[in-house]
Amino acid sequence: MQGVKEKAIELLRSKSVDRVVGWKAGEFFYDLTPAVFTSVPEVEQSFVWSVFCAANLSKYLIAESRRGGKVAAFLKPCDTYSFVQLVKEHRILRENVHVVGVQCAGMCDMETIRSHGLSAVTSVAEQDGALRVETLYGARTLDRKDALGEKCRTCKSKKLAVYDELLGEQGCDEDNGRFLEVARIEAMTPEERFAFWRGELSRCIRCNACRNVCPACSCETCVFDNPDSGLRNKAAADAFEENLFHIIRAFHVASRCTDCGECTRVCPQHIPLHLLNRKFIKDINGLYGPYQAGADFDTKPPLMDFTLHDPEPSQAAVRGGGV
Amino acid sequence: MQRIGVFVCWCGTNIAATVDVQAVSDALAKEPGVVLSANYQYMCSQTGQDLIETAIREHALTGVVICSCSPRMHEQTFRKTVARAGLNPYLLEIANIREQCSWIHKDRAQATEKAIILGRAAIAKVQLNTPLQAGQSPVTKRALVIGGGIAGIQTALDIAEAGFAVDIVEKQPTIGGKMTQLDKTFPTLDCAACILTPKMVDCAQNEKIRIFSYSEVEAVSGFVGSFRVTIRKKARYVREDVCTGCGLCTEKCPQKKVPNAFNLGLDTRRAIYIPFAQAVPKVAVIDADYCSMLKNGKCGVCAKVCAAGAIDYTQKDELVECEYGAIVAATGYNPIDLSGYDEFAYSRSPDVVSSLEFERLMNAAGPTGGTLLRPSDKTHPKTIVFVQCVGSRCSAEGKGKTYCSKICCMYTAKHAMLCREKYPDTDVYVFYIDVRTPGKNFDEFYRRAVEEYGVHYIKGMVGKVSPEGGKLKVQASDLLDGRQLHIDADMVVLAAAIEPDKSARPLATMLTASMDTNDFFTEAHPKLRPVESPTAGVFLSGCCQGPKDIPETVAQASAAASKVIGLLSKDSIVCNPCVAQPDELMCNGCSSCEKVCPYGAITYLDKEFRGPNRTTLLRRVAQVNPAVCQGCGACTVACPSGAMDLKGFSNRQIMAEVDAICR
Repeated sequence: MQGVKEKAIELLRSKSVDRVVGWKAGEFFYDLTPAVFTSVPEVEQSFVWSVFCAANLSKYLIAESRRGGKVAAFLKPCDTYSFVQLVKEHRILRENVHVVGVQCAGMCDMETIRSHGLSAVTSVAEQDGALRVETLYGARTLDRKDALGEKCRTCKSKKLAVYDELLGEQGCDEDNGRFLEVARIEAMTPEERFAFWRGELSRCIRCNACRNVCPACSCETCVFDNPDSGLRNKAAADAFEENLFHIIRAFHVASRCTDCGECTRVCPQHIPLHLLNRKFIKDINGLYGPYQAGADFDTKPPLMDFTLHDPEPSQAAVRGGGV
Repeated sequence: MQRIGVFVCWCGTNIAATVDVQAVSDALAKEPGVVLSANYQYMCSQTGQDLIETAIREHALTGVVICSCSPRMHEQTFRKTVARAGLNPYLLEIANIREQCSWIHKDRAQATEKAIILGRAAIAKVQLNTPLQAGQSPVTKRALVIGGGIAGIQTALDIAEAGFAVDIVEKQPTIGGKMTQLDKTFPTLDCAACILTPKMVDCAQNEKIRIFSYSEVEAVSGFVGSFRVTIRKKARYVREDVCTGCGLCTEKCPQKKVPNAFNLGLDTRRAIYIPFAQAVPKVAVIDADYCSMLKNGKCGVCAKVCAAGAIDYTQKDELVECEYGAIVAATGYNPIDLSGYDEFAYSRSPDVVSSLEFERLMNAAGPTGGTLLRPSDKTHPKTIVFVQCVGSRCSAEGKGKTYCSKICCMYTAKHAMLCREKYPDTDVYVFYIDVRTPGKNFDEFYRRAVEEYGVHYIKGMVGKVSPEGGKLKVQASDLLDGRQLHIDADMVVLAAAIEPDKSARPLATMLTASMDTNDFFTEAHPKLRPVESPTAGVFLSGCCQGPKDIPETVAQASAAASKVIGLLSKDSIVCNPCVAQPDELMCNGCSSCEKVCPYGAITYLDKEFRGPNRTTLLRRVAQVNPAVCQGCGACTVACPSGAMDLKGFSNRQIMAEVDAICR
């Protein structure tokens, strides 16, 4: 997508917004980090739009939309769902945000690129629809789809849930088999499943990155930080408490999680945290009919709604949404 | 420093036989904060309560734990005890060591261990209890009766008699219910219409009673003392306030072939109709399924002949919203659908009828003008076979109901007796499993049928009925004689089981009232609170609670009315102080709690908070109206940040209990 940086400059120059939320380079060229820009020179100097702009900017708008003045944000299709969900929850003040929708071909992930036997990568650029990867040992061309991060490989939709202006074309819902992995885990015996999760979660170092990046985790005070909740702990008494952190978090975001995939993307320990959320989404779809959090401003989340046709608790107890 | 007193009840041998009460009180004495631990035979007795009161005073207790029966049984009793000793009643916790422990365990060691754990959890909780003050909420002095049969009518009349306003919602165009379709009533044989219609007229004339006929309850919100009910007044295409009930339209309507539901389809009526002569309100209704004006805009005869100008083809359903202090369910019953009973040839021969259809065939206002004629060829039946328990008392796996429908034995005796009296040349057979006649003058009535009227009562079931050459070949067994019987009958009458009206299940959901597996409403207590539902402010009248005959229905209807009157005579009721309370500092303003609140007790406020660096932040925070909140706790689990908490059941208290159990 061309013109993202230009659009940021144009918005600031014309003073139609006071701030722009975008991305800038971190330590390396591929670890882009969300940033707020207040002037044209700032944008010209450090705003980056590249194949590594995976970070979801919606959560930053909770604070930015309350800071006074107007803020523009560049949102990819998946990010717009988080945005709508947060507006629904009265967290983002919609009227203070100018949403620039950006169509997206999927964002790349350095780990995936390296998995093709590449190392010492010095630059990655789009070239004729493919990806040209320069390394200290020479250049190679990759198919973009072979370089995508997990969240983009199983992209749920290229359709933007909201935008004030759009760069690129509006897209459609996608089917990339995002529930296949969930189904694989469902097929395990309870013992196998328990062992699987104990193994995965045993790597958790409790850095809180998943919680801090999660747009659904936007509480004023997180229960894990609240001394009155009875859940706060500085050091876990045993490894199982660490595991419960993720399970409690999955429950807290159930029916509000848009499946943006940020939790897994930021996990330094490569724990597939998104699978917990997807299991909830799959069950909710099965029990209450298809529901996508953040798809619109009006639909009530199924877990916060009551209708006479809701399945009875005995039915709901059948795991896997078997109705 | 907490000073907690623990009192372990033996409940005679109810608890003491399975739980070592001395061991429990000894173990709990060692818990932190416990200064006194005692046990006694009956804590709820006067002596037991005195023991608690004295201990509170002498030991200056700050909290009380009673290990006894379920809090549903005696929490109120003990709260009063504690209050008498000057302690806030909410500084009491009950550990249920009877229903949840001694009654369900056999092993004494296990039960004792569990009782100690349950006591420990209650002690951990009571440490965190805070004194709570109950508020008051006003009572709307108007009752709603859902269903206008004899049960609803009697309840409404009694409530109105006491001086309270009452509304009846009836889904049919007229009140009166099933009783209007009956001919005579057992055991006195007085005419149903003669005793019912004056009551219907009383309802219509009573200033305190409003009748919403041809209406249904659409939605219910609120709680005891102030329910908010939406009533759908279905379009009858006739203006109720203008129609005089002259009936001219029902004679002139050219659509003559509409099955007459009042006569159970045994004859026909017009598309515009008044259900029967004594209908209340006596207002015509247009059946939209058959009216050609409504279906294709051609006709308009009724509008032309109506001198009052009451016909309005453009009428729409109307929604009315009203407030009520109490709601009475009186939704009644229906005979089951007999189409599944092929062995009795119900669907194959018009001469096999249900008992309710037989009532219409005997009724002077029925399709045959009161002369008993076979529906097939309009001749007098000479041999009639009555089959009892059709669909009643069946095995759980079968197609019928497991329960006894209760009224069939008596009305069948009545039918048989009336047949023999009017037409002494008829042979009447009754096949029964048992004859059940527990009621005043009931057995005498049945014996008269057998002894004076010569009805052939045969113990046994009919196996098969087959229509053959104008006759009904009945194959049956006589269990007392041990032989097969073959009877050539002219008519067969099936005493169909009765079941709750289909509207009861969705209504129960709206009222959050509980039901049993047969869709009968459940009582608050099967023996001691038979006319109350477990949901406060919801009462039960008539067959919606279980099969009943008319005297029983009327008695229960009056009982329900007296419960309603008791509630409405109060100006306010004491609220539950265990209500939700948000912590504004943690509230995200996300509206999750508001979405799940069934009572509409939560609103939001934009409030200024102090931010970092001397800034002010405007934040949206939840507010709970304690007079509306019922303390259900739905919001506390919906709240993602844990900002919402329930007084008396705070998250910390629950966690403390869990920790104590897992210790």
